[in-house]
This record gives sequence, structure tokens and C-alpha cells, in this order.
Amino acid sequence: MADKLFYFLAFVTVLSALMVVFSKNPVHSVLYLILTFFSISGQYVILNAQFLAVVNIIVYAGAIMVLFLFVIMFLNMRTAAEDARKRNALIQLAGVISSGLLLTIVISALVRVDMAAHIAPAKALNTQVGMVENLGIELFTNFLVPFELASVLFIAAMVGAVLLAKREEGERNAF
Amino acid sequence: MELTSLIVRGLVIFTVFAVTLLIATYSTLAERKIAGFLQDRLGPDRAGPFGILQPLADAVKLFFKEEFIPSHANKWLFIVGPSLAMLTALMSSAVIPFGNEFSIDGQLIPVQGITVNIGLLYIFGVVSLGVYGLMIGGWASNNKFSLLGAIRAASQNISYELAMGMSIIAVLMLAGSLDLRQIVIDQQDNVWNVVRQPLGCVIFITCAFAECNRTPFDLPECEQELVGGYHTEYGSMKLGLYLFSEYINMFVSSAVIATLYFGGYDVPYLSTLGLDKNIETIIGIVALFGKIFFFIFFFMWVRWTLPRFRYDQLMNLGWKSLIPLAILNLILTGGGILAWEHFTK
Repeated sequence: MADKLFYFLAFVTVLSALMVVFSKNPVHSVLYLILTFFSISGQYVILNAQFLAVVNIIVYAGAIMVLFLFVIMFLNMRTAAEDARKRNALIQLAGVISSGLLLTIVISALVRVDMAAHIAPAKALNTQVGMVENLGIELFTNFLVPFELASVLFIAAMVGAVLLAKREEGERNAF
Repeated sequence: MELTSLIVRGLVIFTVFAVTLLIATYSTLAERKIAGFLQDRLGPDRAGPFGILQPLADAVKLFFKEEFIPSHANKWLFIVGPSLAMLTALMSSAVIPFGNEFSIDGQLIPVQGITVNIGLLYIFGVVSLGVYGLMIGGWASNNKFSLLGAIRAASQNISYELAMGMSIIAVLMLAGSLDLRQIVIDQQDNVWNVVRQPLGCVIFITCAFAECNRTPFDLPECEQELVGGYHTEYGSMKLGLYLFSEYINMFVSSAVIATLYFGGYDVPYLSTLGLDKNIETIIGIVALFGKIFFFIFFFMWVRWTLPRFRYDQLMNLGWKSLIPLAILNLILTGGGILAWEHFTK
């Protein structure tokens, strides 16, 4: 049962991820990306990580993608599409190189992984590991420093966002 | 054995679903009756005795109107918009515990659609998805006023989600669980959360009004001074679905308010009477629905009493008052819990 569900969800994930890239309308791309997040959350549920599944939906589908949709809806899509055709070849080259580098990193990381070592303990997997209590205990004992560092990073990002959005003296006030 | 429990579970889910729809349907009538009462008139009374068939007449009217899709609209997304609004509205009642457990032949049947240990987060997740129905509908209409209405609605919803989430965290700190049933049991053991969390309760109810787009926060509609909003281009049953999902949201928020802050299916001192467990459960369900009906009435009462906010007032209230208050509430709750543990143990 879980096997079939996994393959179904994996199929939906890959298909919608491809549609993000291939659909011509940016709004459709965003909607496909939301679908991708949902199917990934489904995978988390199969792995018994309900907390991660819901947080994934709240943070990505519920917050970040709404802002994506906001920005894309405000842009005038027709002119944006025309700009894309005229776009500089140099920018395209830069895109190819940077994504190629990312691909190289991912592949080199995957090659080094010893699959057998990771599959063996999977049978002894504790099914409760994804529950909120266990996740919290893990985060606040074994991973305390990375967790706190991430929160510092968030505060820095928030301060930066507020600073960017704040009107300086002499600028026109909207209200 | 496996099959019977599956059937029982299916029946519970079906009942929760049907009751949600039924109450939302009659909320539309109740809204107009209460509006009539508050404005010293009768309200609809022509369709059936006391106007009891009015929702049916409304639905028939909406279904038989012309199914119109503007020629410039994005056809698929134009249909997806109201469907999503309806879907997200209906999803959240699944995790609310509508009552304690029935025990039939030694089997315990919880009166709850699905029992998950992250019910509170599930509701919060579904609430945060509710904004897509409005945004997609407004954008797909391909009309500047619809788009502006959609943006207006979406920014209101995501602003009030923050304060709502933070007021929920204080409840979760008290109960020590994300499971709504555990939160109710915690309130049964101690006192209702409205006593321990008066500020959080006010913040949550305010945010619930904003999330349901109800007056005084009904700027997404605002048909008198701004153009209709995200559903300007909608007609017939597609508009009906948008409006109807508002009533479902109102029912679900009333249920969540009752569960989080007013003890859910708890009736104080009921367990001291020594009644049969099943009878206790039935009394609990009746009590919860009593609380829910009160809050639905409260939603309507406020709608016909208060005028709506201006847009900058709405944003100021959300960002500059409710969020700082919610953070203050969190700190006070944390300090309170620490002090309580320090002095009682």
C-alpha cells in the first residue's frame, strides 16, 4: 500500500516539478510548484513525519508561495514574455553555467553516498521519530547550535527586510 | 473487524461533513433572520413556514442562472478559484473533536473525523491555504479591479494569520500538545482557556473575524465604497460557492474558538454526576454545538452592529497592535507557566 502510494506521489512530484519549468505562464508555474510541495508533504506523511509534512505546507505552500504569486500577479506578463525573447545571450550563458555547477555538486555529493550503509538501518527505523515531541527533543539537544544559528539568520533577514521596506525621511508617504 | 471499524469511521466522517454543510446552509438563513431582528424587521418568511426553505430557493436560483465565463478570463483557473475556496473551507472541520468517545460493544468511537496528533497545525495549514481560492479567482478574472480585490483580500489574510498563529502557540504551551482532543482534556482537568488566556482569546477571535472576511474586516468584499473585490466577475453558482465557503469558514472558526478557548465538548462538573459514558458524550456534543451556535450568532451580531474598517486602520490593527500583543501574551504565558511550576512543585 505504502509502496504504491510512494510511486504515485513520486510520479506527481516529478511531473508537477517538470511542469513548473515547462509551462509558459508564470502563474501556472507557481501553481504547479504548490502541487509539488503538496506531493512532497504526502511523502513526509508516508515516512510518518506528520509534523514536517504540515510545517512544509504552512511555510512553503501557505506563506512563501503566496508571496511568489503576489509578485508574479503584479507584473505584466505579456511584456515580461517579450523581454525574455530579447534577453541577452550572456545572461542565458550565466544561467547555464550556474545551474551546471549546481548539478555537478549534487551529482558529486550523490556519488559519494554509500547507499548500502543507509538502507540497512532503515529496517530498525523508529516510527515515532517524526512526532513533534521527538523532533523537539532532537532539535534542542543534539542540534541546538545549528537551530539557534538558523534563528539568528532569520532575525538578520527580518531586520534586512524591514530596513529595505522602510521609507527614509523625505520620501513620499503612501498614506 | 477491520471492515466494520472502517465503516464506522466513514460514517463519522460523513456525519461531520453533512453537519458542516447543513449548518452552513442554515447560517445563510440565520444571517438574514438576525439582520432582520437587529434592524427591527421580519427577514425572509415567504419560502415555507418561517422562511425555512429559503436556502433551498437561493441555491435553485443560483444554479439556474447563466453560467458565464468572461471571454478574457483564464477559463480553467476561473473555475478552480471557487472550487479551491470551497475545498479549503471544508477540509478543516475534519480534525475538530465534536465530542468525547462513544463506547459500543467495548469499542471506543471518537466523535472526530480524523484523529491526528497535530490537529492544531493542520487547521493552521488549511487556513493558510484558504487565500489561494481568492487570489486565483481574482487573477483569473483578468480584470484590474478583481486583481486589486484579490490582493487586498490576500494581504489581509496573511497579515492576520501571523497574530492568529502566535495566539495559538500560547494555548499549545499550556496544553503541551498539538492534539485538539488533548487541548480539550487539558481544559477539563484545569479551567477553560478563556480564563487562563483572556488576551489570547480576544486576539484569536479578532483574527478569526479577519480570516473569515467578516465585518468589520470585510474589505475583500466592500461592495459599497470599493468595487466588489475578487469576485467582481463571478456570477451564478460560482459566486454562490465563494459566498457559501464564507459560511462554512464561519462554522469552522466558531468550532475552533469553542474548542481552543471555551472547553470544546466539556461541560463543567458533568463527570461528578456519574452518568453513563455514552449519555455524557451526547450531552458534550449538544454543549459544543450550543457554544458553536453562540459564536455563529456572535459573528452575525457583530456584522450588523459595527461598521467596517478603513484599509490602513485594518493593517495598523493587524501589524502594530495584534502582533505585538500576541508576542506579549506569549511572554506572559511562558513566565506564568515557569512561575506556576516554580511555586507549586
